[in-house]
Amino acid sequence: MAHAYTPGLRVTASAILRRERRLPLKGHVLVKVGDAVGPHDVVARTDLPGNVQTINLASRLDVDPANVVQILRKRVGSDVRTGELLAETQGLFGFARRSVLAPADGFIESVSSVTGQLVLREPATPVEVSAYVRGAVVQVLPDEGVIVEARGALLQGIFGVGGETWGAIAMAVDAPDAELAPGRLRPEHRGHVVVGGAFVTHDALMRARELGVAAVVVGGLDDLDLRRLLGHDLGVAITGSENLGLTLVLTEGFGNIRMSDRAWDLLRARAGRLASVSGATQIRAGVLRPEVLIPDPDAGPAPADSGARTELALGSLVRVIRTPWFGRVGEVVELPSELRRLETEAMVRVLVVAFPEDGERVLVPRANVEIIGG
Amino acid sequence: MSGPAAVPRLEDIQSILATDCGSTTTKAILVERRYGVYRLIARGEAPTTVEAPFEDVTCGVLNAVREVEELAGRRLLDGDVILTPMQQGAGVDLYVTTSSAGGGLQMMVSGLVLQMTGESAQRAALGAGAIVMDVVALNDGRRPHERIQLLRQLRPDMVLLSGGTDGGDVRRVAELAELLVAAGPTARLGAGYELPVVYAGNQDAAGVVRDLIEPHAAVKVVANLRPALERENLRPARDAIHELFMQHVMAHAPGYRRLMSWTPVPVMPTPAAVGRMIEWLARRDHLSVLGVDIGGATTDVFSVFPGAGGEPSFHRTVSANLGMSYSIANVMAEAGLENILRWVPFPVEESELRNRIRNKMVRPTSIPQTLEDLLIEQAIAREALRLAFEQHRALAVELKGVQQERTISDALRQSGGGASVVDLLELGLIVGSGGVLSHAPRRVQAALMMVDAFLPEGLTLLAVDSIFMTPQLGVLSTVHEQAASEVFEHDCLVRLGAVLAPIGTGRPGQACVTVEVSGPDMAPVSRRVAFGEMALLPLPPASAFGRVSAVPERGFDLGAGRGRPVSARIPGGSMGLIVDARGRRPFELPAGAAGIERLRSWHRSLALYPREI
Repeated sequence: MAHAYTPGLRVTASAILRRERRLPLKGHVLVKVGDAVGPHDVVARTDLPGNVQTINLASRLDVDPANVVQILRKRVGSDVRTGELLAETQGLFGFARRSVLAPADGFIESVSSVTGQLVLREPATPVEVSAYVRGAVVQVLPDEGVIVEARGALLQGIFGVGGETWGAIAMAVDAPDAELAPGRLRPEHRGHVVVGGAFVTHDALMRARELGVAAVVVGGLDDLDLRRLLGHDLGVAITGSENLGLTLVLTEGFGNIRMSDRAWDLLRARAGRLASVSGATQIRAGVLRPEVLIPDPDAGPAPADSGARTELALGSLVRVIRTPWFGRVGEVVELPSELRRLETEAMVRVLVVAFPEDGERVLVPRANVEIIGG
Repeated sequence: MSGPAAVPRLEDIQSILATDCGSTTTKAILVERRYGVYRLIARGEAPTTVEAPFEDVTCGVLNAVREVEELAGRRLLDGDVILTPMQQGAGVDLYVTTSSAGGGLQMMVSGLVLQMTGESAQRAALGAGAIVMDVVALNDGRRPHERIQLLRQLRPDMVLLSGGTDGGDVRRVAELAELLVAAGPTARLGAGYELPVVYAGNQDAAGVVRDLIEPHAAVKVVANLRPALERENLRPARDAIHELFMQHVMAHAPGYRRLMSWTPVPVMPTPAAVGRMIEWLARRDHLSVLGVDIGGATTDVFSVFPGAGGEPSFHRTVSANLGMSYSIANVMAEAGLENILRWVPFPVEESELRNRIRNKMVRPTSIPQTLEDLLIEQAIAREALRLAFEQHRALAVELKGVQQERTISDALRQSGGGASVVDLLELGLIVGSGGVLSHAPRRVQAALMMVDAFLPEGLTLLAVDSIFMTPQLGVLSTVHEQAASEVFEHDCLVRLGAVLAPIGTGRPGQACVTVEVSGPDMAPVSRRVAFGEMALLPLPPASAFGRVSAVPERGFDLGAGRGRPVSARIPGGSMGLIVDARGRRPFELPAGAAGIERLRSWHRSLALYPREI
């Protein structure tokens, strides 16, 4: 057999959860190695440099760039307030003076004698990074951040929107093929990570947001509802910075798709536990998947290979990821080595899947299955 | 690990392995000299492994090579290393590769004036195989802090800074450099290396620019890409981009250091390699050529048309977010569902179509299993190709090429928004590449996707890359042109035939054009095709030539004038001659149920699919 395999998503009860918490710029680290941290604890802080305003003094005051330093009324590096005098020409006998005032609060970063340009830096914005995951600081990245580590369960979704959040897990439906309807959401779900089954509607998401639900984890969503949620059609799949009022993680894909048993069982067994959730997804180079992290100090050691299974074999449990059997789960019962002709007339490598519900056996391109166990 | 030190003597090269690490799939080909001619022996592919959980491009390369080993029935690897040179029937003499994995080479470019040095800088970067994320210029309409914000956010792999003609004002160029320094942009891959910056502007400002930037980034100064207003010199900037691509960007991408150690030839950005082959083909056949490579994340369009002085001028554009897997949802967002559905000959629920497209986006390696699914995918491809072509026409304006002389009036005309060099009536050959075209189950499907997207006029030859190996041959041609050209002609380029499309419009059923085809070993064929119809006529095989003669009705033009006949000797092809009498200028598709019926009738006429849907 050739190397036909499909990288799957990680769904594991026991993994080392290690997350780098890094500032966008250098700053101050507020914790030390060995400190226990909760998701909301601030671990590092910095000031993001303010916007830059450039003012060409040479052209505004009609002087040679080499001479702009002489007409400055504030030194490079000094703070200025809006409207304060930055530079001024004397004019003839004190008449026809011309001046430039500061357009914003900030400090004078530089003045160039080549271009005659003054760079005014506006006040900095404070930025904080939280621990995100309950665990311990295992490494300090000097001036930049820390690495927080915990042991516990990890579930990667296939697509998500919304940023990092956390809350206790609450099962809002009874089965992995159930739909998360608005009526399933109750006031006590406020601040929780709510688990639905196969599908969530826009109405239910709106209800969740209204109730203050931290995150919704569910099998599938209609793309039309994603558009309604975002307010536009998502073009390039780079998400995580949306300000939606809640985070959404899809475990399976778009449409009504039963949540995989592995994901469902993992979440159900941890109902009530604190989970950290991120919807950030990047579906292209440097792929990033949404995630649910459930720290558990009692979780056993991570198995040697806790990654996604990648080798197709007889007996592998697979899910079909494309029409006409999209979302169905079955067992690989044949792996023919020769190419087979599809209805489209394409000659491709295939496998035969048996579906347990009705015993039906179907031919599926190897490219169209995802290994989920076995 | 030390790699092969040098390319072996060309006459000693019997066996060559070449790979292309695409954003979705890594493709490997094995080329060998048999009876004095280089031919393709086997091809293998495997998913690209730049991403988690592998994060090492060489895993995908090795997997693709193992498939080649199986198919060729001989050993090429020694464990996890490509065996070179070939010894006792194992290994290869040369390994070369291209790469667009990891999102390809993403660049920011800047110039003083958007339409002058900004445009030249953009062409230099595109010609080097980069994706241009944005162009910053002093007249780009943004305020300085907005430019700084942009430079900071985009995190390019490299910056090309240009501006000014030699001997011109130093100050304005220094302003651009100051902007860059104030932004302090960081590179996309790896926090531990300096952002590479190529300076190719006013040489009088080179010292000032170097002093400003050097403390913050790895700056390389090369000759001005616009030394004078009427002169463009892109080669030094392109070469510097390639060099820094290897030294900085590739060296920091996951697994590339190891990959680079396997080959004595620099890893080439995939689009640069494809462009090289398209240029070579246009020059060899004395044709205007349009090439398109539609991938998972991006679509590249290449063209060679006569420039201002009559010399062939090469253009390349990349549509960074138009593609058939990672970027498929963006095609939907940019084209709109109604434009996709106008190519689908059956009703589809909007909700169902949207979910299908999104599911392809999140699971990019899946393929259509049903005929309905194939038709939908090919409909999306038409729109991706159409949008990419529109972008190409907008950017491929007037000249350019390396060291091409222009008059000042040319330059000024360009600054006012020069006319596109792409002339559909002048176009001689369209070459399609990329999974959806190369792997279309029937070649006529690939042909019609290209015809629908580009709407060629008059008589135009059509070809596809048989199994998508133009990139590998492009990089191979840098060291072994004979091997690359022999494989390209014998195993890569599949001549499909041609399309004949009269310009004009009329009423459905109205007489439009009469076509005759003759050639060796075939009975002459004559057909009248009415307006609004399509027909497929036979042509001799690709190895022979045939003659196409056509007489358009009054009001229709095939390039010789309205109602005037044309006749041409053209190479044959496996598909034949498509007579496309659907009209041009304008081309209009009927909507609704009538549109569906019309699509079905065209599909029947061309025997496009095995059954009607």
